[in-house]
Amino acid sequence: MIWGVLQFPGSCDERDALHACEVVGGEARLIWHEDRDLSGVDGVVVPGGFSYGDYLRAGAIARFSPAMEAVAELAAAGGPVLGICNGFQVLCEAGLLPGALLRNQELRFVCKQADLVDDQGATLSIPLKHGEGRYYAPEAMLDELEANGQVAYRYADGHNANGSVRDIAGVRNERGNVVGLMPHPEHAVDPLTGSTDGRKVFEALERFA
Amino acid sequence: MPKARVLIRPKEGILDPQGKAVERALPALGFEGVGHVRVGRMVELEAEDPERLGELCEKLLANPLIEDYEIQPL
Repeated sequence: MIWGVLQFPGSCDERDALHACEVVGGEARLIWHEDRDLSGVDGVVVPGGFSYGDYLRAGAIARFSPAMEAVAELAAAGGPVLGICNGFQVLCEAGLLPGALLRNQELRFVCKQADLVDDQGATLSIPLKHGEGRYYAPEAMLDELEANGQVAYRYADGHNANGSVRDIAGVRNERGNVVGLMPHPEHAVDPLTGSTDGRKVFEALERFA
Repeated sequence: MPKARVLIRPKEGILDPQGKAVERALPALGFEGVGHVRVGRMVELEAEDPERLGELCEKLLANPLIEDYEIQPL
């Protein structure tokens, strides 16, 4: 599988994302935000960072980049798209995922290892680092997401560090091929950094390639 | 070009931690009796076609899921 990793002005986790794609057995290359051509790429990672300085709202400007137009087409065609942290914010702003990310409840930037529970009930230890990671959606939308099985990852008890509604750490679209989460699976693929659970997040999307 | 001001604020019912932080800081400075503080954003702009400002707000300046906006012609 060949992954494309988007790079915006202000992205900072694209190198780790490239590495993670390779660790799980794929190939990966960077896609500059002005590049609209995704040919030869099976799936896309929208990485973390502070695209366009997070001006206006995190992800609000990045969603209008040419590369994101191509990502929307890939997503519509059923290809795998993974948004991490700022990438998750971008996908929400672009309307490719439901909901929005708000300023952390305690107004502090949080940086820590957290336990997530995936929809199979497995616990994953993955780091998070963000200031605007409080997932929000209106109650009716949340009910719908839960009924459709679109909550992909939740914070384990006591690990919701940002005040996200219903402990939601990550969601997917209805089809399941677009997934976004605030924690950073790309930082948890090597035993050197304590956990390799992040690999599972990448692997879970391979079937859509 | 016609000038306008756009006020953007968190939707009613959405927790606004910035507003809360400001509110909690006030009594320490001697400002008692101030409540329901909400912190938003203001954008000033000039638009050739003010008719399109609503669309512009919906698409970029505000996220309608979490924010309300108000356009004030100047």
